[in-house]
Amino acid sequence: MKGHRFIGTNQPRLEDRRLLTGAGKFVGDVRLPGMVSAALLRSQEAHARIRAIDASGALALPGVLAVFTAQDLGEVGGIPMRLAPREALQKCFQKPLASDRVRYVGEPLALVVAVDRYVAEDALELIDVSLESLPPVADVELGRGRDAAVLHASLGGNVAEHIVMRVGDPEGALARSAIRLSERFRIQRHTGIPMETRGLLASYDRGTDIVTIWGAAKVPHFNRQILADLLGRAESTVHMIETDVGGGFGVRGEFYPEDFLVPWAAIALGRPVQWIEDRREHMSAANHSREQVHHVEVGVRHDGTIEAMVTRAAHDMGAYIRTNGFVVPERAAAFVPGPYRMRNFLSEVDCVMTTKTPTGSYRGPGRFEAAFVRERTIDLIARELRLDPAEVRRRNFVQPAEMPYNVGTKAFGHDVIYDSGDYPRLFEQALERVGYEALRAEQATARAQGRFMGIGLATFVEKTGVGPWETARVRIDGSGFVTVYSGVTSVGQGMETVLAQICAEQLGVAPEKIIVRHGDTAVIPLGAGAYGSRGTVTGGSALWDAAGQVRDKLLQLAAHRLEVSADELELREGTVMLPGTDLSMTFRELARAALPGQPMPPGMEPGLDISAYYVVKETTCPYGVHVAVVDVDAELGVARVRKYLMAYDIGVAVNPMLVEGQLVGGFAQGLGGALLEELVYSDEAQLLTGSFMDYLLPTSMEMPSQIDVVLTQDAPSPHNALGLKGAGEGGTVAVGAAIANAVADALAPLGIRVTALPLSPNAIFELIRAARKAG
Amino acid sequence: MKPPAFEYRDPRTREEAIALLAEHGEAAKILAGGQSLVPMLNLRLLRPEYLVDINRVAGLSFIEVKGGELAIGACTRQRAIERSELVRRTCPLLHEAMPFIAHFQIRSRGTIGGSLSHADPAAELPTVVTALGGRFVLRSVRGERVVSAADFYTGFLSTALRPDELLTEIRVPIPPVQTGCAFMEVSRRHGDFALAAVAVLVRFDQDGRCAFVRLVVAGVHGVPFRSADTEASLIGTKLLPEDAENASRLMAAELEPISDLHASADYRRQAARVLARRALECAALRARSHAEAGT
Amino acid sequence: MTQRHIRLNVNGQPREGDASPRKLLVDFLREDLGLTGTHAGCEHGVCGACTVVFDGEAVRSCLLFAVQAEGAAISTVESLADGETLHVLQQSFHECHALQCGFCTPGILMSMSVFLSECPAPTEQQVREALSGTLCRCTGYQNIVRAVQLAATRLAATRLAATRLAAK
Ligand SMILES: Cc1cc2nc3c(=O)[nH]c(=O)nc-3n(C[C@H](O)[C@H](O)[C@H](O)COP(=O)(O)OP(=O)(O)OC[C@H]3O[C@@H](n4cnc5c(N)ncnc54)[C@H](O)[C@@H]3O)c2cc1C
Repeated sequence: MKGHRFIGTNQPRLEDRRLLTGAGKFVGDVRLPGMVSAALLRSQEAHARIRAIDASGALALPGVLAVFTAQDLGEVGGIPMRLAPREALQKCFQKPLASDRVRYVGEPLALVVAVDRYVAEDALELIDVSLESLPPVADVELGRGRDAAVLHASLGGNVAEHIVMRVGDPEGALARSAIRLSERFRIQRHTGIPMETRGLLASYDRGTDIVTIWGAAKVPHFNRQILADLLGRAESTVHMIETDVGGGFGVRGEFYPEDFLVPWAAIALGRPVQWIEDRREHMSAANHSREQVHHVEVGVRHDGTIEAMVTRAAHDMGAYIRTNGFVVPERAAAFVPGPYRMRNFLSEVDCVMTTKTPTGSYRGPGRFEAAFVRERTIDLIARELRLDPAEVRRRNFVQPAEMPYNVGTKAFGHDVIYDSGDYPRLFEQALERVGYEALRAEQATARAQGRFMGIGLATFVEKTGVGPWETARVRIDGSGFVTVYSGVTSVGQGMETVLAQICAEQLGVAPEKIIVRHGDTAVIPLGAGAYGSRGTVTGGSALWDAAGQVRDKLLQLAAHRLEVSADELELREGTVMLPGTDLSMTFRELARAALPGQPMPPGMEPGLDISAYYVVKETTCPYGVHVAVVDVDAELGVARVRKYLMAYDIGVAVNPMLVEGQLVGGFAQGLGGALLEELVYSDEAQLLTGSFMDYLLPTSMEMPSQIDVVLTQDAPSPHNALGLKGAGEGGTVAVGAAIANAVADALAPLGIRVTALPLSPNAIFELIRAARKAG
Repeated sequence: MKPPAFEYRDPRTREEAIALLAEHGEAAKILAGGQSLVPMLNLRLLRPEYLVDINRVAGLSFIEVKGGELAIGACTRQRAIERSELVRRTCPLLHEAMPFIAHFQIRSRGTIGGSLSHADPAAELPTVVTALGGRFVLRSVRGERVVSAADFYTGFLSTALRPDELLTEIRVPIPPVQTGCAFMEVSRRHGDFALAAVAVLVRFDQDGRCAFVRLVVAGVHGVPFRSADTEASLIGTKLLPEDAENASRLMAAELEPISDLHASADYRRQAARVLARRALECAALRARSHAEAGT
Repeated sequence: MTQRHIRLNVNGQPREGDASPRKLLVDFLREDLGLTGTHAGCEHGVCGACTVVFDGEAVRSCLLFAVQAEGAAISTVESLADGETLHVLQQSFHECHALQCGFCTPGILMSMSVFLSECPAPTEQQVREALSGTLCRCTGYQNIVRAVQLAATRLAATRLAATRLAAK
């Protein structure tokens, strides 16, 4: 933004040095004297009644301290929803250890504590579990049927919730439409997979009665509350410490069974207990995401204008309702319209319980799915009407004059309202930058030579800066150093740098000089955390406020002491000075001048230590356009992304380099979802992709070497002082859509129907085969 | 993912190594590069009582030419083979296939003998060595025997190796210089095991007719798949694109491919056919250019 | 399961410790030698976070047993920087924003340090191929590729300067 000194610069990250030199502290790096190691016995069956668990063999093994089963835990509640709790769902909450039934492969049955992880794993093999198999529910659509086994008897069936979002008269408008198209779309189960698995270290001090937990991430304050409730103790005796975190992506940091079990065991045994999830556990224990089936009907005019869109979906919740509750299906329902005007719209989602790993949010929750469904539908319209897909998009965009635009759908009970934006403008910018016309010409040549090249478009509107609120505190200590205490957390995205930049802007101190603390609940009593692309928007806004107040106070105090007017003073590198004179006071001097008992201007409280809250009333809505260029080897079914462009309007970029990093990194995850990644289950609901040999993350070789990012700042948000919008998910949400559209476009001469992800060689081969059979 | 307990032995000579194998039999596992064995141990899919680590055994790591054959010690790292100028010159097919095996950080430990003994149906080396007509030198306290590649691979993940035997060396006849070769593969990602891969060797006679051809497919059957009929159909042809097309169809018709998470049997059949056609064309081109360069 | 005494050289220092045969090298480095810069991300050889330099080669420390390191020379990420001065690779990663969460970074740095010594003037394609042996979930690799190329250029300049100096 104009006139800013630190905001808007590519400040190199303050986090880097420790991470580059091996001095970072991840939870597995923390070791305490007397520490012991935990491992979990997990169900190998998808659905079964527990007859008996016999741990005597394990307990007899030297080095084993304890084996805990559900009986040992006594009466402990289910793990509640963090977001938008609903009464009915309590029936589907997960207990930390299964007591009478297991409902997915990987569900915790017992906790072993031993001298080290090697012995703990030996012990797992010595526990005898007797299970009585029940029928699995592996398929999300069949799971709704009368014949399906019911997971949670008190629910009466497997549909935990039926979400309906209705705008205008969808059925009527559909019936009246000149052209009606329908399709079934499927988005596969896949998930975040941070490179660092989850982990916890808990230690209990009998003297102070405080339990300390390292390894908290994402939402330590919420988790403290949940843990305090489940343990029946005061929040102030639960101390969560966020270490360096090896990636979050929505998955990590939610409250899982282990988040109860490890502290509980540390208290029970009076010894520090460490649990570091291994990769095999992670694949079935951490939240999965994204699995949905949509049946779409769309009604259009001959010119491609959408009259009505209806989608009826089944969303796979997995075996239990976890902390994210219905965030994902609700978002998927609410964000289908995207940047297009849909005045008659219906979205219905059945949230279906299945005997698979419970699901939660993964970067761009609901929006990745919605974008795939919407943008494929737009391309179907284009194909049906023989229009350029770009043209169909142009004819349906919400126009800038319509801002703020009420979509008519709801998320968390709030209307979805786009705050600002010029969608057509960004779209044209993207097409121009990528050379759309030239690409179409190149495609014509390629086709004439029998090569399959495709161009895929996808647009989206994001919802960032998610609530409910955030905190920030700025303190200038007696040494004159500035410390920021933020309620947001870091999952590796560079939060410390961004917050330092924002604080630097207010106080005129170089970002490198500012200390940023976060994620330690003893130091920061209240915070919300890192989710929904919110850190910069909410944490940054709270900080801007707090630092602004400190700035004012510094000026007032200095003016009082120097006996000049505050308006004339300036802040420069840790001093407040009167330009053109030698009148100045350092932050250090001012910090001492602000101690209680010192002379103050009338009405001023002592201290240079100010907290501020930012309450989210409206979320901010950045928007973007993705363009994929792919080459398909039709004989081998191999699609390669040759070039990828992302245009994104961020409102205001605090650090454009980090925003680009978010977009490109987010794109890689999207590419995984488009081409490689799938959590595959057998009909028996056994997870077949339990390792990195089968669950395929993109490598540097699958990424295109041409990735172009167009970052615009045309539409600052009206909802916060700096005009900030979030950046965390815009790289991911449209990738499945853009790549699928590009593959469909490449293979259009063969007449294939792309309706599902991932587009593996086998999938593309099958699509071509089906098209040949059909036509 | 910690391995179960085992007793560890690290013999220094072949004699010590085979004596340990003789002593412990089925209870022992040979540890070479560990790039296949250790993941299985960490996942507790195997629980050997003894690991016989052959990394310190003298004389198992070498690349040399002996009497018209390229001889490679079983414990030679895949990375060493990839770097070897001798291999590149004498056996370009082997050189060409190496980068397809995993990643350099894996090849720096993984050994040729380990890969050949592990016998993953989707591995590159068993197919390449089969195409080259390689032979395996197996030693035990009972003596030494030499087994052809065709006899070595007996089924899915199984070989002619007996529990007390150590693979010590691989011998590969050096193909005449005018041989054209090609290795092609399709995998989900770079460095992954093959969904299908094809190794081809071709030689023409003076009249430009195919005098020798070897076509072996990986990733499709439990063992490297070679079709004698297909090869026979090409002898005497000019190996023009339509010959390659016909031969690859013939070969594909014989396949009974495996099916797994990553690809169906039908996909593998198609991929093998397409790769075979492309590899035959490529190898033929190279053989022709050798012939032209030679004359 | 008898413990073995292991002597080895780590980051230029003689080190020793006791380990049972099944103890993975990565755990030995982290737990027994306190070198927690090396991370375990998958323990089956795929992700490469645990990559260290073992007798000059980049290897997975999750697929080696500590007992196999007897007599070996190992370098880990802790050896790269010279006091406060970052290694060229580290500096380039910093400038190019080639890391986010930083969990995979140590393995990538060690892997690339070996790669660049063997391939001092790599093409983008060669960098990508070498890099494909280590997974990163945050960056999308683009900035890592740039950082490795930048480091290669800088190393080449240093070498050139050194040869010029020697020639004088
Ligand atoms: C991430 C990853 C990706 C991979 N990708 C590929 C790939 O794309 N293609 C591919 O081909 N391979 C791949 N591999 C496997 C790799 O090539 C292994 O190095 C190889 O399969 C085994 O060789 P090794 O020396 O590591 O053997 P080890 O793992 O030590 O042993 C493998 C088996 O062979 C036996 N054995 C070893 N040496 C001998 C011997 N001399 N005599 C008798 N028996 C012996 C062992 O007892 C064991 O049963 C991959 C591995 C990893 C970890």
